[in-house]
Amino acid sequence: MSILVGKSTRLICQGITGKAGAFHSEQCQAYGTNLVGGVTPGRGGSKTLGVPVFDSVSQAVKETGANASMIFVPPPFAADSILEAADAGIAVIVAITEGIPVLDMARAVAYLKAHHPTVRLIGPNCPGIITPGECKIGIMPGYIHKQGRVGVVSRSGTLTYEAVWQLTNLGIGQSTCVGIGGDPVNGTSFVDALAMFEADPDTEAVLMMGEIGGDAEEKAAAFKAAGKFTKPLAAFIAGQTAPPGKRMGHAGAIISGGSGKASDKIAALEAAGIKVAKSPADMGVTLQAVLKS
Amino acid sequence: MKVHEYQAKELLKAAEVAVPAGIVATTSAEAKKAYSALGGGLIVVKAQVHAGGRGKGVAVGPEVDRAVALKIASGEAPRPAGMAKGVQLVKSAEEAEAAAASLLGKTLVTYQTGEQGSPISKVLVTVGHDIARELYLGMAVDRAIGLPVVMASTEGGVEIETVARTAPEKILRVPIDVGCGLLDFQARKIAQALELSGETARKGHVFFKNFVRLFLDTDASLAEINPLIVTAAGDVLALDCKLNFDDNAMFRHPEVAAMLDPSEEDPSELRAGKSGLSYVSLDGDIACLVNGAGLAMSTMDLIKYHGGEPANFLDVGGGANKDQVLEGFRILLSSGNVKAVLVNIFGGIMKCDTIAGALLAAYDEIDFRVPLVVRLEGTNVELGKKMLRESGKKIITADGLTDAAKKVVAASKGAA
Repeated sequence: MSILVGKSTRLICQGITGKAGAFHSEQCQAYGTNLVGGVTPGRGGSKTLGVPVFDSVSQAVKETGANASMIFVPPPFAADSILEAADAGIAVIVAITEGIPVLDMARAVAYLKAHHPTVRLIGPNCPGIITPGECKIGIMPGYIHKQGRVGVVSRSGTLTYEAVWQLTNLGIGQSTCVGIGGDPVNGTSFVDALAMFEADPDTEAVLMMGEIGGDAEEKAAAFKAAGKFTKPLAAFIAGQTAPPGKRMGHAGAIISGGSGKASDKIAALEAAGIKVAKSPADMGVTLQAVLKS
Repeated sequence: MKVHEYQAKELLKAAEVAVPAGIVATTSAEAKKAYSALGGGLIVVKAQVHAGGRGKGVAVGPEVDRAVALKIASGEAPRPAGMAKGVQLVKSAEEAEAAAASLLGKTLVTYQTGEQGSPISKVLVTVGHDIARELYLGMAVDRAIGLPVVMASTEGGVEIETVARTAPEKILRVPIDVGCGLLDFQARKIAQALELSGETARKGHVFFKNFVRLFLDTDASLAEINPLIVTAAGDVLALDCKLNFDDNAMFRHPEVAAMLDPSEEDPSELRAGKSGLSYVSLDGDIACLVNGAGLAMSTMDLIKYHGGEPANFLDVGGGANKDQVLEGFRILLSSGNVKAVLVNIFGGIMKCDTIAGALLAAYDEIDFRVPLVVRLEGTNVELGKKMLRESGKKIITADGLTDAAKKVVAASKGAA
C-alpha cells in the first residue's frame, strides 16, 4: 500500500560517515527501515551502525543487494553521487543535500533521462520519502505519520510535517509521503508523483503542497484537468505574501518575470477542480472534505 | 548573486564576447581622463547600480524627496530641468567630468530600486556607437525542461517579459545541452532569427557560442544582453549586460564571488546569510521566525490571512538551535517597525523542550520590547509549552497555527 518504497526496500546511505548522514541513517534504522550498508570513498571495509561501509556504490550493491540510496554527500559532490548510484543499478535515489549548483543538477537530470530512464530520483533539497510503518528514507520525524490511504507530495520539508501532522490528528493515515524538494531542477515533479499515486491501488486521495516559483503546480492542474488523475485531490500553495524577485529560502522559490505567483497557481488548481486550502491551518480539513465528497 | 554592468562586461570581454570599449571611474577626474583615453567623440557615462531603468532614473542627493524622485523615474511626474539621469551622453572631456560629478556619491532612484534607491560609487565611461539595430539575447535555466535555454528576439531594448506577453512568437528559445554548449546549427538558427547575414552573422555565431560558454563556465543563473546591437559598420556588440550567478556554485568561482558589492545588498539579509539563516525583509510589522522555508512562507501567509502584515521571511533551518534563534531574534528586532514577533517551530526530530530551552536562553540575551507569541509542535510539546509559560517571561504560548496567528495579530495591534 505505497509507492516507491516499502518493506522490500534495501537502503544504503551515501555519506553515512558524515555527521548528518550518520544521525539520519540511525533514525531511519530506528524507524524500521532495512539499512543494509553505507558508502564513503576511502572508508570501505569499516562498519558503522552495524552495517558495512563501502568505497563505491557498485560494491555496496554487489555485496548487499541494495535497491535504494539516501544521499547526504556535500553539495559540490552530490550530483556526481546521484549518477554513481544510478550507474550502480540503484532504482530509487533520494537526495537530501541542499545547495547543489543548478547546472550540476541540469547535467545530472539530463544524464539520467538519457542513460537511466527508469531510475527514480527524489529531490534534491528534500526531506525524503516515507511509507508509514514500513520504510522511512530521509530526515522527517517518523512518529508524526500514520499508516493509511492518503498520498502526500510537497516541495517543502517542515510544511509537509505540518500537513502530515494535521492529517494524523484527524485520524487520516498516509500511504506514502514524498518530498520532491525545493530546487529549480529536480528528479520528480508533482505530475510524476500524481501518476504514481493514480496507479497505486492503496492510495485513495492526495494532498499536494506547492509553493511560488516555476510551473510544476500549473502542470499538475493540467494533468488533473486532462483526466489523468482521477482521485480526490486537495492542495495548498505557500508564498501568497512573497515579494517578486526574492529567493524565499528554497533556491526554487522565487517569483521571476511575473511568473510563478501563488495567485496564478491557486487559480490554475481551482480551475481544474482541485480544492485549495486558504490557510495552512486548514490543509488537513481540506483533504478531509474532498475525501467525504 | 548580481554584479554590476562593468563587471559583467569584464567577464564578457575575457570570454571573447564583443563589448564596447569602456573604463570604470570612481572620481570625476578619472572620468575626464577616461574620455580622452577612449579616443573622444561620442561617449556614454553610465551609473553602476544593479537595478534596471537607469536611463530614466534620477540621481539625487539627500535634499530631494525620494518619493518624488521615484515618481519622476517611473514617468509619473514631470522631470525638472537639470535633474541628472543615470545614463548620459557626452561629447567632451569636460562634459564627461560633469556627468560623473552629477552621479558619483549620489543615489540613483529608478522604477526598480523603489524609494530608497541605490548608491552610485562608480560610473562606466564607454564608447558610443552608431546603432543600426537593437536586438535581445538572454539565457536562463528553464525549470520546465530542466535545462538552460537561450532566448533571442529582434525586439531589443524592451523588457523580454513584455515581448513574451505581447508577441511571444518573436522570441526564439533554444535549449542548451550543458555538456555540449551551443552547437553550430543552433548558433546559425539564432543568427537567422535575429535576421543577421553575411559577415555580421559570422560575428554573431562567435558571439553566441562564447556567450553560452561563459554562462556555463561561470554557473550563471541569468544572463541578458539587452540591447545586443548591430552597429552601422556591421559589428555585433553587447551594449548593456546583466549577469546573475548561482549562489550555490560560487565556491568554485572565487573571482566572480569577489565581485559582490555589499552596498547593493540589504544589510540584514547579508548578516542572516553569514549565520546560515535565510531572511527577506518585508513592509509589515509582525516579525516571524520559523524553521523551514515552506513553513516560513506559509506563516507569512497565515499572518496576512488573519489581518496582519508580515515584516519578514526568516527561515532558521530545519533544526533551530540556540545560536540560530538568537541571531534570528537580533535581526528581526533590528527593524524599528516590528510590533510583535511570532515564533513558529515544527519540532520534528528536535524535541520541543530543547527548542523551548533555546528560545528562553535567546530571550534572556535580548532586550525584548515587543510581545512574543510562540507556537511549538512536535515531540514533548506540552513540556516545551510549560517551560515557556512558567519561565516568568512575557511569552504568549499558542495552540496550533490559527490560535498563534490570532494572538500575534491582536498583540501587534495592542502594542500600536
